[in-house]
Amino acid sequence: MTTTAHETDSSPIRPDPLITVRDLRVAYDGQDAVRGASFAVAPGRSLAIVGGSGSGKSTTVKALLGLLPENARVVGGEVDYAGERLADLSEGTLRHYRGARIGLVPQDPMASLNPSMRIGDQICDALKQYGMRSKEDRRRRALQLMDDAGIPEPARRFRQYPHEFSGGMRQRILIAIALSGDPELLIADEPTSALDVTVQKRILDHLDTLAEDRGLTRILVTHDLGVAADRADEVVVMSDGEVVEQGTPRGILRAPSHPYSQRLVDAAPRLDAHRRREEAPREDDGGPSFLSIRGLVKDFKIRGFKEPLRAVDDVSFDIRKGTTTAVIGESGSGKSTVARITLGLEKATSGEARVGARAIRPESRDDIRYLRSLTQPVFQDPFSSLNPYWSVAGLIAESLVPRRDLGRAEKRRRVRECLDHVALPQSALGKYPGELSGGQRQRVAIARALVAEPELLVCDEAVSALDVLVQKQILDLLRGLQSEIGVSCLFITHDLGVTSEIADEVVVLRRGRVVEAGPVGRSSTPRRMSTRLLCWRPSQDGASEASSVFGAGGTELTSVTRHPALTHNTTKGEEWNASERGRSPGPERRRPSPQRI
Amino acid sequence: MYQTTATAAAAETSRSPFIRGLQQLARNKLGVIGGLLLLLTVIAAVGAPWIAPHHFAAVNFQIPFQTPGTAGYPLGTDDLGRDVLSRLLYGVRTSLWIGLLSVAVAVGVGTPLGLLAGYSRVADAVVSRLTDVALAFPFLIIAVGLAAIRGPSLENAAIALGIANIPIIVRVVRGEALRISGLEFVQAARAMNISQARILFQHLLPNASSVIIVQATVIIPVAIIGEAMLSFLGLGIQPPEPSLGIMLADAQEYIYRSPWAAVWPGLTIIVMCLGFNMFGDALRDALDPNAR
Repeated sequence: MTTTAHETDSSPIRPDPLITVRDLRVAYDGQDAVRGASFAVAPGRSLAIVGGSGSGKSTTVKALLGLLPENARVVGGEVDYAGERLADLSEGTLRHYRGARIGLVPQDPMASLNPSMRIGDQICDALKQYGMRSKEDRRRRALQLMDDAGIPEPARRFRQYPHEFSGGMRQRILIAIALSGDPELLIADEPTSALDVTVQKRILDHLDTLAEDRGLTRILVTHDLGVAADRADEVVVMSDGEVVEQGTPRGILRAPSHPYSQRLVDAAPRLDAHRRREEAPREDDGGPSFLSIRGLVKDFKIRGFKEPLRAVDDVSFDIRKGTTTAVIGESGSGKSTVARITLGLEKATSGEARVGARAIRPESRDDIRYLRSLTQPVFQDPFSSLNPYWSVAGLIAESLVPRRDLGRAEKRRRVRECLDHVALPQSALGKYPGELSGGQRQRVAIARALVAEPELLVCDEAVSALDVLVQKQILDLLRGLQSEIGVSCLFITHDLGVTSEIADEVVVLRRGRVVEAGPVGRSSTPRRMSTRLLCWRPSQDGASEASSVFGAGGTELTSVTRHPALTHNTTKGEEWNASERGRSPGPERRRPSPQRI
Repeated sequence: MYQTTATAAAAETSRSPFIRGLQQLARNKLGVIGGLLLLLTVIAAVGAPWIAPHHFAAVNFQIPFQTPGTAGYPLGTDDLGRDVLSRLLYGVRTSLWIGLLSVAVAVGVGTPLGLLAGYSRVADAVVSRLTDVALAFPFLIIAVGLAAIRGPSLENAAIALGIANIPIIVRVVRGEALRISGLEFVQAARAMNISQARILFQHLLPNASSVIIVQATVIIPVAIIGEAMLSFLGLGIQPPEPSLGIMLADAQEYIYRSPWAAVWPGLTIIVMCLGFNMFGDALRDALDPNAR
């Protein structure tokens, strides 16, 4: 009995791996996506596959399941599962293997459930596949599974539809479905990447507990080295279709041997980042406040409810010239509303804003225009923030359109200059967003914002949709630009690690209120429970230290009930505010765009 | 291997989504078939005066109800002994013209209204209520009413059909505009002080173009059939001028004696509709810059 000896580490691997992958090669239309991946997982152990987008990690997993898309082919290597070669199995046997022996928790909880089918029926459907004949049995088992997956009141929830579930809850349902066939191996493909940090932790914890109770073997695919290190016995780092490093989480985090893992480890935002950062030359406290906001309140009317929803409640903060103020909070905390008001996209219900000496009255069109002329936005989603029909040149030049004083040549010169600022080649000018990667698109968005020479950059979750390495590049870029041209920045994020990388001041919002505010150093030893919860990041040392430092979070959130409009659909459970990242349940995104003309 | 594919990809990139769309269209089999069908109808319509063996109104009472294949009358003759092929060719000409004209009216008026309704709440209140009212009337009643007011003629029928289709275009475009104006690039444009007209026509319009095109290809066949009904009621084209609709209506009376007279115009309408629909479908897929 020989085991695959790709172990660089001395971590014990039992002699009989449940699944062994040997030199797996997969090609899409003749182009290699996976170039020789080898690893093995022993029964009851867990393996994490880590890599950036395009590293081939998802393709590897799909190949294991026999779920490759039509244009992809396994061109070499083999996969042994419990002593059998998967390639030798018939499609029928393979179908039985999927689900009954290998469970999959898919990536996107929003797209993976049938929106027109009751939750319970979807679980029962899976059970039927695994040969459970009696309807009554199926129902009982489904309720049990829902209960196991941590769904409160399963009997009532059984009859509900996916839209009545938050993102976290949907992911739990998907976990229940993955477990319904009683598999031995559970594969989770980025199970929490689309969720809020605070929910992420709870889901992953729950998944771990469930899997451990059942003695499941696990493969976790993630782009987050921290998450991987926290939860796996062994980590495989993939880059560009190859396994570049393999070993225990502790080993990789402490002493990454491959340059790519080194970069991954370095790129992860750290809570103590500000300490590593060179202190910016600050005219401390004497610095003039560029924008000051006092007592900001924003109410939203919700159809069917008399009482308006208060999304932002008495928020005050300052942004000093040339510095970055971060507003952080969970989804639904009102942070995006603050950004929209600052951009003049939303009218404040009450409160006072001042730019320098000039007061901005929300009802004055001139004031709003003035505010807009000073600020420029960078939004979260690099895929929807650029008009797909425009070339990069047109996109960047757009923010110069209101500047009638500039000539054509001057505008073109500025666009070119900005491209240099954001480190994009001049050849990018003629490209269209569809041809650019997420990080490149975000650079274009930043260039578009900068070309108008704004006083204030409003970044609404500008790096949240990017993977760690790209995120680091963009943060570095923003920091560099700030010291170069002295633009002020309002940075909206849910990630305290990112905040620590970029911000000078932090405002922590919770349910529309400021719960904590101050310079970054102070806030990173958070005093309030909600700040602490936000702080949760997968620990950097491979153990679950982080969770113990911050205590068992979540108790405070559990008791919260909010505006009836937000609670009547979801249970008053832990995840009242936990929709997927970027789509807050707050009313600001209910209607596509509340406009005023 | 890697190198060559990379350079090939580089050569193909950096074209506007429209041009890339056209290239993609050429690769879509159904779309090409649809395009060929359309080309055929256009050739028939434009070339009618040269291709047609007889004058469309030339009657010959000696030989009514000839079956297809008769010498000199390849598709047979109708109740007045007129050549079906010649009438068919001229009929395609009128029907195509009616279809295009009514689409131009519907899209020309409906698109700006729809964009505005989707972008501005105030405009939405007005435009949407008006379209609701218009949609409350059956499509044909409106068309009949309008055609009756303006008097029977080809252009008036086309305009009436176009106006009757405006609410549908408004609805479709409004929905699309609503979706697009929620996207971040529109939000960004607003935050940049970009004028509303510019947002409407530079941002919303290109992104809504695919649904407009598809809807247009649906309206053309509807208009062709609608014209048949208007003409049947005496509100469209006046005899002896042919249109596919009139031929169909005329043949109805003698359907048992001479079914062929109904088959040809019916078949032609089917071919035209199919052509437009298939081509429109492919065009939509090809113009979507996000789907690749």
